[in-house]
Amino acid sequence: MDTAVAGGSDVNWGSASEFFAMGGYAFYVWGSFVTAAVCLAVEVALLRGRRRNALALVHGERMRNEATA
Amino acid sequence: MSNGIVHWFRFASPQSFYPLAGKMAPWFAALAGLLGAAGLWIAFFVAPTDAQQGESYRIIFVHVPAAWMSMFLYVVMAAWAGLGLVLNTRLSSMMAHAIAPTGAMFAFLALWTGALWGRPTWGTYWVWDARLTSELVLFFLYLGYMSLNAAIDDPRRGDRASAVLALVGVLNVPIIYFSVQWWNTLHQGASVSLVRAPSMAATMLTGMLVMALAFWMYSIAAALARVRAIMLEREAHMQWTQQLPEAVT
Repeated sequence: MDTAVAGGSDVNWGSASEFFAMGGYAFYVWGSFVTAAVCLAVEVALLRGRRRNALALVHGERMRNEATA
Repeated sequence: MSNGIVHWFRFASPQSFYPLAGKMAPWFAALAGLLGAAGLWIAFFVAPTDAQQGESYRIIFVHVPAAWMSMFLYVVMAAWAGLGLVLNTRLSSMMAHAIAPTGAMFAFLALWTGALWGRPTWGTYWVWDARLTSELVLFFLYLGYMSLNAAIDDPRRGDRASAVLALVGVLNVPIIYFSVQWWNTLHQGASVSLVRAPSMAATMLTGMLVMALAFWMYSIAAALARVRAIMLEREAHMQWTQQLPEAVT
C-alpha cells in the first residue's frame, strides 16, 4: 500500500515494510491476525469435509435401502 | 392467529429447515466477507496509532470481537440446548451442537490473541487473573459440551446430558463479563459501555464494531452450514434426506 488513498493510508504507514513491521510489534499483531485467519479457514474446510461425509452417509443408506427393497 | 404458530413450527422440522438454511448461509457468508474486508481496512489503514501502546493495540480489532462472540455464542447455544431439553424438538438440539465448535474457536482466539497482546503490554503471555481464567473456563465448557455429546451413543440422550451442562455453564458468562468489576484484575475494564461515553477514538470503535459484525455473520453462516451436515448425519436413514438431489448421485 504505497499509494496515497483518499482517507489517508499514508497517515499510518510510509511504506509496505513499515506496515509489516507494525512498529516493532509484528510478531504479536500478525500472530493474532494470521492465527484468526487460519482458524476461520480451517473451520470452513472442516465444514466442507463434514458435508461431503454426511452426503456419502445418506447415499450409502439409500443404496442399502434400494438393495433390500 | 394459529397461522403464525403453524408457520414457525413448520421450520422447526429438519426437513423444511434444511433447504432454508442452505439458501441463507451464502448470504451470511458474503456479508461476513464484506464486513471483514471493511473491518480490516479500518483496523490497519484508518484507525490511528495508539499513543500509549503503539501498533500493538491493533490486536483489539480481533481480540475484542472474538471474545464477545465466544460469550454471545455460548448463551445462544445454551438457549437452543435448553429449548431442546424442554420442548424435545430435534432441530433445537442440532442448532446447539452446530454452534459449539464455532464458539470454541472464538474462545480459543480470544485467549490466543489476548496472550499475544498481554506480552507486550503487561510483560506476560498469561496470568491467573479473573477475566483470563473465566474465559479459559468458557473454552473448557465448550470442549466439555462437545465431548460429552460425542461420548454418548444415543443422540437424544447426548442432547439432554449436554444441554444440562450447557445450561449450568451459562453462569460463567456473567462472571466473565463482570470479572473486571468484581475483582481487581490486570485486564482492563469493558471496552464499550452503554452507560458512558466511548473512551476510545471513534474510528477504533467503528473498526471493532464492524469486525464484531463480520464475526457475527460468519458465525451464522458456519452454524447454518454445520446444522445442515448434522441433519444429514442424524437423519441419513430417513426418506427426506435420501430424496435430496445432492444425495442421489
